[in-house]
Amino acid sequence: MSPLAPFPVVEHQRVVLEEGLTLDCGVTIRPLAVAFRTYGTLNEARSNAILVCHALTGDQYLAETQPVTGKPGWWSNLVGPGLPVDTDRFFVICANVLGGCMGSTGPREEMTDADGNGLGRPWGTDFPTVTIRDMVRAQKKLVDHLGITRLLAVIGGSMGGMQVLEWAATYPDAVLAAAPIACATHHSAQNIAFHEVGRAAIHSDPDWKGGRYWEDGRIPAQGLSVARMVAHITYLSEAALMRKFGRRLQGAKAVTFLEDVFQVESYLRYQGSTFVRRFDANSYLTITRAMDYFDLSQEHGSVPAAFAGTPTRFFVASFSSDWLFPTSESRALVRALNAAAARTSFVEVPTDKGHDAFLLDEPDFHRALGGFLRGAAREAGL
Amino acid sequence: MPDGHIRYVAKNMRLDLRLIAEMIPEGARVLDIGCGDGSLMAHLVEVKRADARGIEIDMQAATDAVAQGLSVIHGDADNDLAFYPDGAFDYVVLSRTLQAVERPREVLRQMLRIGRYAILSFPNFGHWQVRWKLLSTGRMPDTEMWSRPWYETPNIHPCTILDFVALAEMDGYVIERWLAVDEKGLRAPWRRSVRLANLFGEQALFLLRRK
Repeated sequence: MSPLAPFPVVEHQRVVLEEGLTLDCGVTIRPLAVAFRTYGTLNEARSNAILVCHALTGDQYLAETQPVTGKPGWWSNLVGPGLPVDTDRFFVICANVLGGCMGSTGPREEMTDADGNGLGRPWGTDFPTVTIRDMVRAQKKLVDHLGITRLLAVIGGSMGGMQVLEWAATYPDAVLAAAPIACATHHSAQNIAFHEVGRAAIHSDPDWKGGRYWEDGRIPAQGLSVARMVAHITYLSEAALMRKFGRRLQGAKAVTFLEDVFQVESYLRYQGSTFVRRFDANSYLTITRAMDYFDLSQEHGSVPAAFAGTPTRFFVASFSSDWLFPTSESRALVRALNAAAARTSFVEVPTDKGHDAFLLDEPDFHRALGGFLRGAAREAGL
Repeated sequence: MPDGHIRYVAKNMRLDLRLIAEMIPEGARVLDIGCGDGSLMAHLVEVKRADARGIEIDMQAATDAVAQGLSVIHGDADNDLAFYPDGAFDYVVLSRTLQAVERPREVLRQMLRIGRYAILSFPNFGHWQVRWKLLSTGRMPDTEMWSRPWYETPNIHPCTILDFVALAEMDGYVIERWLAVDEKGLRAPWRRSVRLANLFGEQALFLLRRK
């Protein structure tokens, strides 16, 4: 199938599992493709594997150059030789989520019928509704395929953190240590509201064409770009925006009331325009929905019930200026873990960088996560 | 007066923690409130094979403890104890923190709800130097132990050893053991008298349980 413009053609490493996956919505997708990357070496006992779960617009290119954008991996400051997630010691796996657009089964991939026969067109908006748990089930199939029965750790921030929680709740015996970072046990009404603005922007772009934009090779660039701009604001903090841009103008010294552009506008437009060259609009709709549906207590009765008797040890971290997944949400998670008698570590990292801080150089966060992983490795006899 | 046995304790913090550690048996489930960088916890995990958890209010200290691989949460005694289930721990430790919490009585109640035993240490406001400073100068005491001025001290609920014994009795807790430490860490004539301990003990250490 020809790639959708304007994505360049990239062959992603992936496994294709013929048995497919039955989703929470009842639909079975067959076959199931999981695109993934690994770093480091799996030891003989297969006991040093760490799974990293990516966020909404992340991908499996965790610690290497992203082939589509040419930019460094999104967590290359944290994952690598000698870094807190040390690839000299650990075998690190990262998979593109189900519903994503970097090679895993998703709206951009070829649609299949119930028998797994290709239909010669992308899924588009016919891609079934997926949940965070479906994403985790797909990752579990990959981990099984790699011959790993127990992960030393599952780590992730934002939507990646939601997957971490789902991993620990669904497969407690397969997760020795879990690090949900800058996340929550459910998506808040405010977060759903911001997502809906993004989706509305995509829906209102004439090029979206009811989701069938793939028919003529166009993409709803304007709508997807606006969605990204709105979302990007939620990833930053007011202090960070003031520090980076203040009220400075792009290419002018004083406001003239003639087509002036503030630097922050120009920055957001740039963010929006680069995003549409690497992300699929229907994937964005699918994944934001999955986040919105996420609610651990609804799935398990209560959050403590989700982790009752868990053998997993947890490291929770929040960032003080994160208003998308504020510390109060992480603290509620920590209290629920305490109520479930789970072994839990928690730090709130002081920073003015907002939600994005989990991707940036935050020495306290890196030090704490590194120590937590070393502790887990000690316990696993590594 | 509870039947206690006073031992002499050096002022050295490590000795103080070792005394607490001595009270805790092998393999116990322990919650250390105000665990700092986790030195007591690390000792308990290593030497006693304890299942130790900690709470620390200071972000840097909590991070240091987590970075050592300890299960420590950034939190505080006033707000986080209520979320642990009944009887979750064998021992709940609160060292040198009782005087700084907002609701000491409630914290004590929570400690003995979630733990079978509570171990507390606190600086004794009944110490003779404190009494003397207040009596002689008419100003808030300024000693080595109580070194911060009244308007910026975090120690909002200081108490004496007698005060603490009275609270334990009022709320129906059993004092299993108690010790006091004088300013030189020396064995003193107040060994068997809580009133003398209240005068010469600079710090107190109590082991309580529910009736």
